[in-house]
Amino acid sequence: MTTVTQKAEALSSKSSSIPSTRKLQRALFVVAVTYLVLIIGQPAGLDLVRIGQDVRAHPSAIVQQLIIGLANGGIIAMTALGYTLVYGIIELVNFAHGDVFMLGGFVSILTLSIFSRTGVNGGLTAPLWAAIFGFLPAMLFCGLLNAGIERMAYRPLRTAPKLVALISAIGMSFILQNLGLQIGAFGKLAEVSPVFKWLAVLGGNNAAPKSFPAVLGNNNLLEYIIPGATVRITFADVLVIVTAIVLMALLNWFVMSTRLGKAMRATAQNRDAAAIVGINVNQMIGLTFFIGGALAGAAGMMFGLYNGTVVFTLGFTAGLRSFTAAVLGGIGNIRGAALGGVLIGLLAAFSDQYLAVRWTNAWVFLILVLVLLFRPTGLLGQETGDKA
Amino acid sequence: MLQVKDVHTYYGNIHALKGISLNVNQGEVVTLIGSNGAGKTTTLRTIQGLLRPRTGSITLNGEELTQVPAHLITTKGLSQSPEGRLIFTRMTVLENLEMGAFARSDKDGIQRDLERVFTTFPRLKERVKQRAGTLSGGEQQMLAMGRALMSNPKVLLLDEPSMGLAPILVEQIFDIIRELNQQGTTILLVEQNAQAALQVAHRAYVLETGKITISGDAKELLEDPRVIEAYLGL
Ligand SMILES: Nc1ncnc2c1ncn2[C@@H]1O[C@H](COP(=O)(O)OP(=O)(O)OP(=O)(O)O)[C@@H](O)[C@H]1O
Ligand SMILES: [Mg+2]
Repeated sequence: MTTVTQKAEALSSKSSSIPSTRKLQRALFVVAVTYLVLIIGQPAGLDLVRIGQDVRAHPSAIVQQLIIGLANGGIIAMTALGYTLVYGIIELVNFAHGDVFMLGGFVSILTLSIFSRTGVNGGLTAPLWAAIFGFLPAMLFCGLLNAGIERMAYRPLRTAPKLVALISAIGMSFILQNLGLQIGAFGKLAEVSPVFKWLAVLGGNNAAPKSFPAVLGNNNLLEYIIPGATVRITFADVLVIVTAIVLMALLNWFVMSTRLGKAMRATAQNRDAAAIVGINVNQMIGLTFFIGGALAGAAGMMFGLYNGTVVFTLGFTAGLRSFTAAVLGGIGNIRGAALGGVLIGLLAAFSDQYLAVRWTNAWVFLILVLVLLFRPTGLLGQETGDKA
Repeated sequence: MLQVKDVHTYYGNIHALKGISLNVNQGEVVTLIGSNGAGKTTTLRTIQGLLRPRTGSITLNGEELTQVPAHLITTKGLSQSPEGRLIFTRMTVLENLEMGAFARSDKDGIQRDLERVFTTFPRLKERVKQRAGTLSGGEQQMLAMGRALMSNPKVLLLDEPSMGLAPILVEQIFDIIRELNQQGTTILLVEQNAQAALQVAHRAYVLETGKITISGDAKELLEDPRVIEAYLGL
């Protein structure tokens, strides 16, 4: 049924005979959106004159935002991969994924806290190796958590209508968010016994944002190369960007070149065919959730190291941004998620600098709406199962 | 070799297979014919473990398969070219064939079977690097059969391999089926094209709304008036 309409669409667009009512609808929509952008654009920071002045006054800020955008883009991409992998294999928007990411931040903060000591200025600091090995507990925890969620909340619903699993995912998201809130409360245990001293990092207020121990320092690495440089490249920039690249390269290698990775792709393309050739479909779906979760865990650590705090509501906003990135790149498409993540990261960074911080999310979601309307298969094309 | 005994399969409340019994002996081509919706695909999917029979038994060389998880059934020696082919469209031809051998670990055997698939389907060899989704319908069918052969099955199940193909290709596919059989592959063939299927098969079963109504020697069925009237359109 869908293929028939798709074919019809392809045909009609080839002969450029889109029904005129649809053309008109589209044109009207473009006018409406442009109008809204121009009206809202001004208060939302789209003031071309001011932007022009800004750029001329601080040209180096462009490079600075490029770096910040790439780092945040790496984090967004890592989370977007989880959405895309899961959607690719079971066609579910895993609403809980953002919250898995948030819990990754919490696990990271606790891991770092264990290895932290109080620094000269009274704040917590942790050694560098803690930041590097700190990725592992977060990745493991989030991977297992995500696979566990699949097992408990999605697998029993696999033959049910899609909406049912989606609602289950939203429920899961609430549960995890409250878990994040509850974990925040354990900070009080630090006063009870020195054994729990490492929980002090969670503070006394469970809902408050939690500050990451300072790990990476704030030195401008660029100064070592170009003294007096106005652009800052900190160790955090480097660590985040490099980690994102390494993990994505690993994922790409795994999925494209290993036996298991190929089996995972095969399962995403056609579950019945996968079973026929002897692939354990449930195992592959579990593995997909594990990998997506592990990447979200790593992203949680990266987010904390980069932005300094995590809060239990992080999953919702960050999740929506990453989901947007996944849709922008083409849901189900691994490279698309990486590309979409970087683009959204850059957009957000430049919006923060040149438009208005408060409106950045609005700009991001405008992109989501536009993509869904004009290119619903995303930049690199959607990749989902062939099953009808 | 493959024995299906009184199998009942349901889709929810729909009673799709109402007590199917059939058997396939070593070296045979057995065909299962019947009109649309008779339950042919359901039978093959049930044998492969993709659907579970509510009652009945399926054995391969005496080993019960109804409790074996779907992905292990391949290891036991059953593989199929399913209805709609279901090739992995975003993988290359070679990757599709590699996936066909997923359940195996004998490198030499896999290599030998790959060569064999390429000799049987030279077209596939020319297109190893091509994305399977961009193959023509006939090539996709060959790939689906090649992929199934890559598990070196004891019994090869084919679900309407001639569907949607031009007459010349249909002929070619049936030639290949004959050839594979002559090389020793045991085949259970599901077909709408009863004429061609009965010509290539040793024995045949006719399926009507979930029940086997006629069975016997394929050549005899070609002359059976009931078969002629209902399936050979003469
Ligand atoms: N997923 C399903 N859910 C419910 N009923 C189904 C399902 N699949 C098949 N059926 C029903 O089971 C019966 C047998 O279907 P099956 O696909 O096995 O027929 P078939 O003999 O292979 O037909 P065809 O020659 O058209 O492929 C049909 O009545 C069909 O409507
Ligand atoms: Mg069928």
